[in-house]
Parts: sequence; C-alpha cells; structure tokens
Amino acid sequence: MSDLRKKLDLAAVRARLEGARGREYWRSLDDLASTEEFQDLLEREFPRQAIGWSEDENSVDGRRNFLKLMGASLALAGLTACTKQPVEHIMPYVRQPEELIPGKPLFFATATTLNGVASGVLAESHEGRPTKIEGNPEHPGTLGACDPFSQASVLQLYDPDRAQVLTYEGEVRSWAAFLAELRNIVVRQRLKNGAGIRILTETVTSPTLAAQLHAVQQALPAAKWHQWEPAGPHSARTSAMQAFGQPVHTRYNFLNANVVVSLDSDFLASGAGYLRYAREFSARRRVRTDQTTMNRLYAVEPMPTATGTKADHRLPLRAGDVEEFARALAAGVGATNGPQSGQNGDIYKWIGPISRDLLANKGASLVIAGECQPPIVHTLAHAMNAALGNVGKTVIYSDPVEAKPVDQVASLQDLVNDLDAGAVDVLLILGGNPVFTAPVELGMRDRIQKARLRIRLGLYEDETSEVCQWHLPEAHYLETWSDGRAYDGTITLMQPLIEPLYGGRSVLEIVTMMTDLPQTGAYETIRSYWASQHTGGDFEGWWRRAVHDGLVADTALPAKTVAVRGDALAPAAQAPQAGGSLEVVFRPDPTIYDGRFANNGWLQELPKPVSKLTWDNAAIIGPGTAHSLNVDTGDMLEVSYQGHSLRAPVWIQPGHVNGSVTMHLGYGRTRSGRAGDGMGFNPYGLRTAKALWHDTGLEVRKTSGSYLFATTQNEHALDTRRHIIRQGTLNEYLKNPESVHEGAEVPPRTLTLYPEFKYEGYAWGMAIDLNACTGCGACVVACQAENNIAVVGKDQVRRSRAMHWLRVDAYYSGDPDNPAIYNQPVPCQQCEDAPCELVCPVQATSHSSEGLNDMVYNRCVGTRYCSNNCPYKVRRFNFYLFSDYETPSLKLLHNPDVTVRSRGVMEKCTYCVQRINYAKIESEKENRKVREGEIQTACQATCPTEAIVFGNLNDPNSRASRMKAEKLNYALLADLNTRPRTTYLASLRNPNPEIEA
Amino acid sequence: MTKGVFGVMAEFDSPSALVNAARAVRSEGYRKFDAYSPFPIEELHEAMHLHKNKLPLIVLCGGITGGLTGYLLQYFVTVIYFPINVAGRPLHSWPSYIPITFELTILFAAISAVLGFLGLCGLPMPYHPVFNAPRFALASREQFFLCIESSDPMFDFEKTKGFLESLEPKEVCQVAH
Amino acid sequence: MPDEQEVLEDNTTRAVIAPGYTFGTVTDQIASVVLTKHQPMFWVACFGVAFSLLLLFLWAIVLLMAKGVGIWGIRTPVMWAFAITNFVWWIGIGHAGTLISAILLLLNQQWRNSINRFAEAMTLFAVACAGMFPLLHLGRPWLFYWLFPYFPTTIGVQPNFRSPLVWDVFAVSTYGTVSLLFWYVGLMPDLGTLRDRAKNRIGKMIYGVMSMGWRGSAKHWSIFETASLLLAGLATPLVLSVHTVVSFDFTIAILPGWHSTFFPPYFVAGAIYSGFAMVLVLAIPLRKVYHLEGLITRRHLDNSAKLMLATGEIVAYAYIMETFLAWYSGDVYEQAAFWHRMTGPYAITYWVLITCNIILPQALWSKRVRNNTPVLFIWSLIVLVGMWLERYIIIVSSLAQDFLPSSWSLFQATRWDWATFLGTIGLFTFLFFLFIRLLPMISIFEVRTLLPQAKVEEEVRG
Repeated sequence: MSDLRKKLDLAAVRARLEGARGREYWRSLDDLASTEEFQDLLEREFPRQAIGWSEDENSVDGRRNFLKLMGASLALAGLTACTKQPVEHIMPYVRQPEELIPGKPLFFATATTLNGVASGVLAESHEGRPTKIEGNPEHPGTLGACDPFSQASVLQLYDPDRAQVLTYEGEVRSWAAFLAELRNIVVRQRLKNGAGIRILTETVTSPTLAAQLHAVQQALPAAKWHQWEPAGPHSARTSAMQAFGQPVHTRYNFLNANVVVSLDSDFLASGAGYLRYAREFSARRRVRTDQTTMNRLYAVEPMPTATGTKADHRLPLRAGDVEEFARALAAGVGATNGPQSGQNGDIYKWIGPISRDLLANKGASLVIAGECQPPIVHTLAHAMNAALGNVGKTVIYSDPVEAKPVDQVASLQDLVNDLDAGAVDVLLILGGNPVFTAPVELGMRDRIQKARLRIRLGLYEDETSEVCQWHLPEAHYLETWSDGRAYDGTITLMQPLIEPLYGGRSVLEIVTMMTDLPQTGAYETIRSYWASQHTGGDFEGWWRRAVHDGLVADTALPAKTVAVRGDALAPAAQAPQAGGSLEVVFRPDPTIYDGRFANNGWLQELPKPVSKLTWDNAAIIGPGTAHSLNVDTGDMLEVSYQGHSLRAPVWIQPGHVNGSVTMHLGYGRTRSGRAGDGMGFNPYGLRTAKALWHDTGLEVRKTSGSYLFATTQNEHALDTRRHIIRQGTLNEYLKNPESVHEGAEVPPRTLTLYPEFKYEGYAWGMAIDLNACTGCGACVVACQAENNIAVVGKDQVRRSRAMHWLRVDAYYSGDPDNPAIYNQPVPCQQCEDAPCELVCPVQATSHSSEGLNDMVYNRCVGTRYCSNNCPYKVRRFNFYLFSDYETPSLKLLHNPDVTVRSRGVMEKCTYCVQRINYAKIESEKENRKVREGEIQTACQATCPTEAIVFGNLNDPNSRASRMKAEKLNYALLADLNTRPRTTYLASLRNPNPEIEA
Repeated sequence: MTKGVFGVMAEFDSPSALVNAARAVRSEGYRKFDAYSPFPIEELHEAMHLHKNKLPLIVLCGGITGGLTGYLLQYFVTVIYFPINVAGRPLHSWPSYIPITFELTILFAAISAVLGFLGLCGLPMPYHPVFNAPRFALASREQFFLCIESSDPMFDFEKTKGFLESLEPKEVCQVAH
Repeated sequence: MPDEQEVLEDNTTRAVIAPGYTFGTVTDQIASVVLTKHQPMFWVACFGVAFSLLLLFLWAIVLLMAKGVGIWGIRTPVMWAFAITNFVWWIGIGHAGTLISAILLLLNQQWRNSINRFAEAMTLFAVACAGMFPLLHLGRPWLFYWLFPYFPTTIGVQPNFRSPLVWDVFAVSTYGTVSLLFWYVGLMPDLGTLRDRAKNRIGKMIYGVMSMGWRGSAKHWSIFETASLLLAGLATPLVLSVHTVVSFDFTIAILPGWHSTFFPPYFVAGAIYSGFAMVLVLAIPLRKVYHLEGLITRRHLDNSAKLMLATGEIVAYAYIMETFLAWYSGDVYEQAAFWHRMTGPYAITYWVLITCNIILPQALWSKRVRNNTPVLFIWSLIVLVGMWLERYIIIVSSLAQDFLPSSWSLFQATRWDWATFLGTIGLFTFLFFLFIRLLPMISIFEVRTLLPQAKVEEEVRG
C-alpha cells in the first residue's frame, strides 16, 4: 500500500475530480484513468487483492486500506464520499423532506426486471447505501410483496466479484476509448447500412430502450437486433401466434376463479406477475369465521412445485403427458372433440370430475398452462378458457408487454447463421450470458468468435465475456435510470439510489452511444423519451409523480378480444410417446433461475422449495424411477441425450413423477464468481433448441462415485402424533371448526405453579396462515437481508449450521409417489415461558416487557444450552466467524440497525426488533400508540400471500389478534406449555368430493 | 527452671510404652508435656485427656455463614440488583437457589475446618525445639517420643530426667531451645 | 520389607496388609518410590505417552481458541457432544476417590487406608480434566468468568441462578476445592515423613515447607482426626450433590431422554461405578510395578470389584426403569426418543454400551473373575468405555432427534473432538504419574495403623 500512497494520493484524485460534472466529469476521470499510477490503483482496487492485503497487515491498517479502497472505487464512480446522492433529482418514496437525516432510512421506488418484466420495489437507503428491497404496494405487479431474486439483488449490487473495470482483451481501458472505438465502427458500418452489426439483448420491455434500438435500426437499417432469454415464455409467444395469429399477452385474475387447473404451471412461485397471482389466489383460500368459501386447485406437474404443494388435487404427470391430459380435458369441457380416455389411466382418471367441476364454474374457472409446456398446451388452455367463458373474467388478453415479441429461438438461430456466414463484423451482447445459456447444439462459445469484434456488456466477467474482446461493466439496476413494463404492461420507472460503484453503464447508455443522439446519461434519455411521449401539460409534475411512485398509473395494457383459430387445435402430428424411454425435464432453478444469480450467496443458500436443497442442482427423479434404476440419493448418474452427456448426482424427490428426470438450469457455472463457480452441474449441456423444456430419449447409467448434498432439512416424514401440521378439509371444518385439533392437547394455565407475568402496553405476537403459505422462501431471503445474516457455504450447510433465522419446513404425508406436502415457516416462537431463557447461565437471553424473547449478543458466552433446550430449534450459533468483516464492498450492505454477530455467539429471530423500536420511537415522538400495521416484520412485508401477520396482541382488533381468535389457530408443540407468541392457522384443503371418495 | 532447655524427651519403641508413659507422666502431675508418634493413637489422646476441641463449632459457624451467603447472594441478584423476566419464572424462584446455597455451605464449612485445624495446631510452624532432639526424625517413621517441657511448673531438669528414665524408655535426652 | 515369595504366596483375600511389615518397612517401601533417583521403565514410558498426549491437547486447544468450536462435529441440533460427555465422565470418575476417602472413613472401613491416597489424587486430577470442558466448550474460554456473580458485571448483566450450568460452576469448584483440602490435610503427616527422610537439601526444604512443620504431636493428631472426620462428613453429601447437580444439566431441560426425575441417583451410581473401574485400572498396574501387593492386597481389589458390581446393578436398574417409564409415560416424544436410541442411527453405540455396562460386568459375581487381576483390569476398562458411551448416548442421541423432525441431524465426531478427549486422558495420566513420582501414593501413617504392632496392649491400672 505504501508505494501506492507515494504514487497516487487520493486526496489529489478527489481534488482533480472536484467540481467536475456530467461528461466533463467523465473526461477528467478518463485522463486520470489513462495515467499509469491509476492502473496500479485499479489493480489494487479489486477486493480480491484487498483481502490479500488486510490478511498480512494488522486489522487497523486493513481498515485504513478499506477506506482508501472505497475512496478509490468511489472516486472512480465520481463520489467524494459513499453517502452522496446522484446529482439528478430522484424522488424519495416517503418521508419528506428529501434531505437525508442520518440514521433515518429513505425509501425510493424503483423496479427489478426478470425476463424483461418489471416488478416495482421500494429500495431502502441508509445514508445513500441501498440495503434492503421491499415490494412497492402501489405497483400492480407486486402489491407490496417481493420475490427472492429482488430481495437478493442488493447483495448482487455489492458483490465483490462484479466486473469492475472496462477491459479490452483483459487490459483496462477508459470509457472514452471505448466510445471512440464504437463511433468508428458505427461510422464504418454506415457505408454498408450497418449490415455487419448484430445486437443481442435479453427480452426488452423498456419503451425507451426499444425507441433507442429503433433509432439505431433507422440509422443502420441492415443492423439486426436479436433477443435471447433462456427461460423466457417461448411457448406462450409461439402459441399466441398459432392460436390468434398475432402476438398476444395473457394475464390472469385469480380473484374471480373458483376452480383453477394448472397444467404444469408454477404460477404461485415463478413467471411474470406471480406475486400478484399468489396474492389473489391465497385471498380466495383464506378461510375465516366470516369467509367460509375456498377456491379449488388442480395441479398437473412432473416435479413438485410451490404450486403443487397448494393443490387440492395434485396429479404427477410426465411433462410430455401433460399435452395428452390437456387434450382430454379440452374435450371434457367441450372445447374440442377428442378422446376422453386412453391407455394411460393416470392421465385420464380425473378428467371427468375436473371437467364437471370446471363446467359447474363457467366464467369463474381458470385453466393455466405452464411456461415450460409446449405451445399446443397453451393453445388448448386458451380454447378451454374460451369454452368456459373465462375470457375477460379470469383471463385477460392484451397486446404484448414485450417491445418486440419474436421467436427467440429462431432469432438466435438467425444470428448463428449470420455468424457462420461470416456476415457479423461487430456483435454487441448487451446483458445475458448466451455462451452459457444458448441451446447446446448452437455451440455458442465457438460460434460467437466468428464475429470479428465482440463487445459485451455485463454485470460479471462471465463465460460470455471470456470470448469477447471488449467487456463493459454493466450498471446494476440500483445504479442507473431505466424503465420497463410490468406483467400487465404498466409502465414502471426505475431510479438509481447510488452512483455506479464501478463506473458501470446501462444497456440504454450503450445503445445511445450508437446513435447520433446527444450522449447524455440514462437520466436525460429516459426523461426526454417520456417528455416526448407525454401528452397534456405539466410534464414536470407528471414526471415527479411517476418517478416518486415508480410507475405511471393506469397504463396497464387494455384487454382485447381474440379468438382461437380452429386449425391451431389440430391434433399433434405424432401422438405423444406414451411411457417408453426416460424423459428429461429442464426447469429454471427456483433460487438461481437461469444461472444469472449463481454468484449470489443468499440465493445459493436459500433452500429450494420442497426439496430444501442448497448450493446444488440434481438429477431429480421419483421413488419409482429410483427403484427401477436401483439408485439412491447421492449416487452419480451418467445422463446422455442426443449424443450429449454429463454426470449428475441423483436426488430422489417424493411426489416427482416416475419416468422423468428433472434438472434445474443455472448450475455448473465456470466463471460466475467465488460463490457460484463449480457448484452443481450444467444441464444446458443437454438442452437443445428442439427440446427447450422436455423430451423423451434420455439415457441414464449409474456410475461410480457418490455426491454429498447440502440440505437444511433431512427428515420430511410427518409424525401425526406430534400435531406439528394441523390440517383438514373444508367440509370437516364447516362441520366442526375444531376438528383440525383432534387429539392435540393443550395444558391448562393452571398447570404451572408460577404466577403469570403481565404484559402492559404492547404484547407483540405473530400468526402464520399455513393455508396461505406457498413455501416460496421469499421471507427467508428478506430476513437474511434485514438482519445481516451470514452466508455459511455448502460445507457448513451440510453440517447443518445454516444461519437462517426463519426456515420453511416441508413435510410429506402419504404415498411417496404423490404425498401431500405441507410448508411451515418457523421463526422464533417467542415463547412466554421460554425454555431457552431458563437455562442460559449468563442471562444472555431473557424476556422483554413486551413479551419478546430477547437475545443479548454481547453477553452470550456460547454454552449453546439454549439451543439444546429450544424445542423448535430456531436458534443459530456462530460456530466460526461466519460474518464477513473483511470484504470492503459487503460492509456497505449491512443494515446499520442490526448488530453483525461475531464468532461463538448465539443468534435468533427477534421479530425484527429494530423495526419495532423504530416505530415505537416515531410514535412516541408523535405522542401516540404504534398503529396497527405500522410495524411489518421483514418476512411479513415480503410475503406474497400475506401468510405472516405480526401485531400487538393487547389490541383485540389487530389482525394478529383476530387471526389468533380463529378456530384454526394453534401453537406448535403446544403440549410443552411453552406458550409461544407465534401461532399457526391450520391448513385446509378443498378436495373435489367426486375424486376424494 | 533451666535456661536454654525446652524440655526433656524420652524415646519409646512401641505405642503401648508411650501410652503407659503418658499416663504415668500425667498422674505424676505434669501438665506441660506432649507425645509424638508416627500415627494417631486413640488411647494416647485419652491418656492425655485430649478429647475436647473447638473445631466442630468453627465448622458449624463456617457452614451457616456459607449457607446465608449463598441464599442472600442469589436473592439480592435476582430480586433487587438485576430483576428481569426469565422464562416467565418469578423473580424469587427459591427452588432454583437450593443447589448453590448447599454448595456454598459445604465450601465455607470445609475451608473453616482446614483453617481451624491449622489454627488450633498452630501450624504452619517450620521450627520447633523438639526437632533439635537428635533422634526425633524417627518420630515420623517408627519411634515414639514423649517430651516434658521446661515451662511446666513441676519441671526440674534432673528430677524430670530421672522420672522419665524410671519409665524404661529406650533413651532420654535433653531438648534445647 | 518381606521377600517377594512370602507376599505372593499369601493368597488369602481377607488380609488388608501382608504380614511381616513393620513401621519402618512400610515407611521405607512407600517413601522409597519417591525418594529415589531413577524410575522404572514403566513410569518413564507412561509419562512419555501422557506427555505427548498432553501436547496434542494443547494443540487442540490452540486451534479451538483460534477458530472456534466449529472445529468440532457439533451442529444444530446437537449443540453438545464430546465436550459435555467427557465432562460428565471425568467428574464421575472423580467420585470413587471421595467415596473411598470420605464415606469409607466414616464407615470405619480400614481397608481403605492403603488406597485412599491415590484414589483422592485420582479425584483431583479427574476433576481437573472435567473442569477443562465447560471452559473449552465455550469456544471463547476467556469469558468463563461471566458465569460468576461479581459487581459490577460486564454490561451490568448478572448470571442466571436458575440455570443448571451456574449450579455446575459452584458444585464443581466446591468439589475441587474440598477434595484438594481434604487430600492435602491427609498428606501433611506423610510430608513430614518425607521431610525427615529426604536425602538432598532441596527435597528437605520443599517437603518441609509443604508439611508446615508437622511433628506428630499427640495434640495435633487429636485435632487432625477431628478435622478428617468433619471433612469426611462434609465431603460425603458433597460428592452425592455434585453428580446430582451435573444430572440437573439434563433433567432441567425439557428434551425427551433428558427430562427425567431419577437421573440424580442414577448418575451418582454411574459415577461411582466408573470411579471404581478407574481405581482398579490404576491400582492393578501400580501394585505390580512397585511391588505393593503387600499393601494393596487382593482384598482391596476384591472389595472394589464388589462395589463396582453393586453400583453396576443400580445402573442396570436405572436403564430398565428409564426405558420402562418412557414407554409407560405415554409421551410421544419420550417414546420416540428411546425407540430411536435402541433402533435408530445410534443403535450400535447403544447396544455396545449395554454390553459394556450391564451384560459383561455380571461376570464379577464370580470370585474367580474378581481374583484374576488381569481379567479384572480388562473388565474395569470395559466399564470405563461403557460409562463414556452412556453419557454420549444420553447427550447425543437425545439431541439429534428431539421434537421437530425438520431439524433432526446426526452428530459426527471430527478428529479434533477425539484429540481433545485423548488430550485430557493425557493430562490426567501426566498429573497422576507426577504425583506418583513426587508424593507417597499410599498414605504411610494410615498404613502404620493397620500393622499389628500398632495395637496398644492395655496393662492393668494400679
């Protein structure tokens, strides 16, 4: 460090940057970047080396280094301190005035995008550091809920493995150098109308970006724009073209649906708009004394999903057989005329009852096809919904949300052809990771290198950057301006909360560079675009409102009427192969999606729904298949398909259909970063354009070796005598609301010798509605983000040392081939007679006057007795120094209101006590009581189905009190008389009497 | 009274001889004398009327102090000094106090027993005139000694020496200060 | 000292001490072990092994302090495993020493005289080893003092007197202190002997200081005897209370397999069981190597074996009742816990423990087994293993599978678990062989009282 100090004084850097703004500012940065000392500084600026230093220096120096480093990286980003807001006017969501009050977080409305579709969120900012993502209650796509990906996006922002410099063949370059290069290219390409230019983006819904790309294509008519999204709704797109002859976007309204048939659709935990769907769906499932009706869900799917766990009737079918099921059902409801029976009894056994149920609920039913099902299934679903008169009620058709809906497989194929033809001079890959995600037979890695110049914009220097000369660091969505459309087309605006940490730029800015438009920042581009779109006066007011809300109200795409073409329903050319050889099923991973989140420790460690697997994917098979293959979980398989093969470990999943092997995409990354590299295996290696989602003809061979999985739950069998999950059917409940508690005993209060403690004032408590919980896991990530919970890594998870304060248990009961699956979120139960407190020798855990089971971290000596005596096992121990005190960028991530726990200390859920205290202080300042709903725990705030409700039990009208008053309410392990403050509402199912004899 | 003489010491071969000698010396009227043996001899104590000592009383006091300390400490801490709701138990949860009260009773009693023992014996005492007796080292091996001290009113070097020799000891010697 | 033959031929197991000894010879024989320049190969070998194990122990501790308890196999939910198992095991072993020195003294069992000294030493060192674990298992032992009440405490928080761990702190430290005092007081007359017999000056000095100037005065002897009796009287309830309190660590918890009312007697019995096993494991080689068969006779071994058998039967009864009550209680969790114990992942360990603790020891009913020293030695080792496994099963199997199946997870020991355990065995042996080398391993003055010559023939009073 010392030599660096001599070479380059950061104070001087700041001095040189002082007063510089906008482009002038960048210029000053650039000539700075061109100096050789700065290269040196950059070298050292990578946190990898940073850690290297602080190890061979004492901690103090280490800390000093950290400050220098941050100084450096932020000098690069044009900040003289990391708490400075961007110069453009961004709108705090709540709490005026805008001036930042230290210690008081500000919230800004922005949005995350997945497959281009925007979900509105509120980003919490502490002194200019985004630390937490919440849903935006006003956004139609989220209604205040939030998915795990968005929750974890703050970790991605501060990920030390992010690409941090602009490089040409590995050498650091300045943006100016790149701009010059790009301008030359454009000028040269002009001569041939840009025939040599190809732009490859992810799915684009952003109107502004679309306009810019349009401008580029106008200037360079021969330039082509391709889109590729490995896990996008390809089938839906194709189906729309086949069924309606035009691109049509389908969205649903579950509020009006009494009966839902899911054809392999995981609408409760994935896909565009799922947060809203989950909210609406569960709203129709919440059984209370005043609401005794309940919708009914039939799910047909190969692999148990969150949706499958909620189904009243779940039918495990091979993905390939869903089409046959759909055809039969279509015939059953009179949408088509086809056979309603066939040799495969499984497929047909429920057709009768289900179709009768659907017909009985015309206009109030919904058939929904999964994104991973082939176009014909979507078409059949369209036909059925039409026949059932659901269109306009539960199904809404509209113009596409995407700016340019194209058949992306064809689009990619087209690009490949041009590459082979050598027609590509310049290939700009803006986002995405095609080398990793493209269909295997396209051989993208080699193909791409046929383009003469390859320019890559990406958050990470990943597999694709490896084969590109230029790598441009992309700006994280929290670092830049952008816009997009929500699942229903609502225009959604995104504003930055922090200047780019590593000088990254957005797709928008790169595209703008290709045009002759003024090279302004993203802000001007977006603003001027909307200014041009704006009709009527007072644009400024409109703009401020829109940015403040994060969306433009009432811009959802209007419903349009379309009719299904008859010919679209023609029976498939070849009859779907029945049974026969093994089927391979590809699905986006529930936690790292298509691989883009592979380096995100929170998502890697988030247990996958149902299987509770972490840090890995697997060849998931059903018990029957396992038996016939004579393999067990952890055995290695040699799987081959269409001449491609790879080795994958077996995971036996009860409820998984027999005859199929499900593999989750996204694992097996080689250049994702320290967290993601070498985790799992890469199913893209088998995935062809022909069969993006499933196909028969998979060969498997048991090979030597075994594999150790890391799960957070090893035992799933439900011992009914323990009354852990209390459940029943709607009819039983209507007959006798208490029936769910049969056999369970609750000791009377008179059992104790001791006088009760009185809780004056507030008495905090929580109620969790098992009927609503889908087990999606968003709450777990939210808790992790809110409470600075450490990531421990695969090995430690394997030693069951995961640190999650909140876990979602999954229990199976019944036939292993198709068990009933129950999800149960388990935070600290905050027992009033807490066994943990009794045995702590140092009173590190004791009770607060409001009934919280407090944990005093700096008093804990680490006897771990409390954990032994906790019947719920919700206490987590720092066996090592799990918290990252080293990595500079991660220090910005921590929630300043929550202690970062050190080694040898026990920790646990506190009901987000920091939020409770914040609200109490606010209320005391205003001399009032805390209002109902004013405090939302992190898990509650993010829950898509509002399954978790927190509140003051001393207030009989609080939602929590009212839920606890319900007949379904019960305490976990109530017979131990620990008197938990967290209680559960029993889970109810609404089976079809015709099926359930 | 003879200057520089601590007393006269007689050496015996067997415990019986010592006991008899002790009895004789006492009946002769000597009071300031002591017997030395390699192991405790019940009969000797009785012969020298050594049955009463204050140790049990000391231990009793020690025990009571310990018990009170134990209970009051816990009461003070949990009820007065740091009252807090632990597991919904009352502040004064006396049943939980019993083990520590008991342990401290024993601890204090034991310590007072040892200190009392040392105190009553006047130990540690690295130097004592009897060590000057030439063969006294054998007192810790196999020989038995009896020493009449010069501080005894009846003490007269010659007469006492004579008297001791009349008890058929192995040998009689003078013990210097 | 009588010649070898005479002693070996003496096959009567009734004799507390072989004939032919005099005050002088017992003194010489016992003292000579200490007051000599060179030691038998046996001592050097054992000491060497012990010392290397001790180094291993230190290494394990350094690593533990540097990295944390993560180096052990513990996990959620098995937060306790080896450390607490070893703690209970060592404490238990200690109990036999106190029992011999205190209870048998009160019961006026003369045969104890020749074994109580090293039995007490064993107690001390066992407690020392036991004491290590509650400290080490914190992972940050330097904070141990937070368990004591002191004013003003760190961040103003006081210890929780409702927690069995705090009771442990007081019970174990009291036990350690009292044992030490009792042992030292009993040592003083013999230190006097050593002082008088030591050849070199330093030896004289050291033993002189330690003996505090003991001179065998009759007045002192009488107070000495009172003191011993009082201390014995105090140590007796103490020793019973210590393992009771230790058992509270489990019974106070609500865990199935822990939450049980008869743990105290069961634990105390188990403690004495393992304690006598350890006494035999130590006594049998010692008497051979140092030719002490005359002082530690067949009678001693036989009595110890009988006591082992008796306590063993109590333990067996406890196992049966424990299992019966688990079934009889009708408590789901309790029943499951025992079912898992007997048939679950730890079944093998459990049945090995039953074999070691209940089935094999029945052989001790036979006099022939009791009189066959090598067999007795092996049997004692078996019992020690069995008692360790008992604690392991109670702690680990109960924790691994408790209330919510979702959190169940099995414990696997790491090499550092083993290093720490073997390390304390090293520490124990190390201290014990130092003791043999530096202090009389048999109470000389008490052995003297056993000799026929010690009888006082009363003559008719005139």
